[in-house]
Amino acid sequence: MHQSVLNKATVTGPRRARWQSIAADFGSDQRAFKQVSWGKAMMWIFLLSDTFIFSCFLLSYMTVRISTTVPWPNPSEVFALHLFGKDVPLILIAIMTFVLITSSGTMAMAVNFGYRHDRRKTAILMLVTALLGATFVGMQAFEWTKLITEGVRPWENPWGAPQFGSTFFMITGFHGTHVTFGVIFLLIVARKVWRGDFETGRRGFFTSRSGRYEIVEIMGLYWHFVDLVWVFIFALFYLW
Amino acid sequence: MAHAIDHPISAEPIPAAEQGQHHPIKLYLVVWGWLFVLSTFSYLVDFFQFQGYLRWGLILLFMVLKAGLIVAIFMHMAWERLALIYAILLPPAVVLVFLGIMIFEANHTLLTRGIFFGSGQ
Repeated sequence: MHQSVLNKATVTGPRRARWQSIAADFGSDQRAFKQVSWGKAMMWIFLLSDTFIFSCFLLSYMTVRISTTVPWPNPSEVFALHLFGKDVPLILIAIMTFVLITSSGTMAMAVNFGYRHDRRKTAILMLVTALLGATFVGMQAFEWTKLITEGVRPWENPWGAPQFGSTFFMITGFHGTHVTFGVIFLLIVARKVWRGDFETGRRGFFTSRSGRYEIVEIMGLYWHFVDLVWVFIFALFYLW
Repeated sequence: MAHAIDHPISAEPIPAAEQGQHHPIKLYLVVWGWLFVLSTFSYLVDFFQFQGYLRWGLILLFMVLKAGLIVAIFMHMAWERLALIYAILLPPAVVLVFLGIMIFEANHTLLTRGIFFGSGQ
């Protein structure tokens, strides 16, 4: 870390020069994002658009929760599990949070080993990430099943404001879909790493182009974003 | 002038995209640990049933800290070029304007529902 901090300081220089570098980058010829590959820049722009989608979901949730005259169901009680003879509030959601954070940690390490060209460790860490992601989706399926059997629907629920169900299914459903697609792509990239595609220059099935280890980092960006969105959902939907 | 601007750009020896990022594994483990601790804290906010501004303040604080750690370290944003950082992190700030508009609108809806339906609290 110290090494990279030093590098950054020498590259970007004093404060004034850093601002000038932004103007220079955006005013420059051909490309604005210097030393950032197209793949990475485009993933960031995709994630930016996804940020707006989730922002709109969370803002509409906020709007209906503020404007309803019927009391909002208490998430702490709704998502409690009956364990060891008593109700533990939000325990399943807490475990899901830890599972997703752990998967983010293993993904970050997979990216690191990828750049060291350690095929075995990269592939194993990506598979662990995918497994944790699948565990998360499984727990979410359990949570949905529990709520549906208790009578939660997008248009009604036994505890209060009917908007609770619609926002819950929309937000967690969209997030769960993101996790599911992440797991699928993690498995695809892990297979490529395991097979040594990035060493042999084997061409991809879909793009017909050979890949680099940077693909692991781009995959990682998507996966961390899924974790990032969960941070906001956990705070604003489950804890608020 | 152009020369002075060009200098910091050409000073980096190897393109980051080709070389990748080399940070010690320990960094990721430390961040991971912090994310665990912060998540535990936010869970405890609910467990101990803090209420009111204390609850909302703590929830938002832990949320922002976690999000910052993930974006800065796990997604390597801390080591990206300023042009990319600003292009990606500035637009979501506009969502805050949207947030303000919707709070205003939602409160107005609540007010009119309270007045005309008479079932408000």
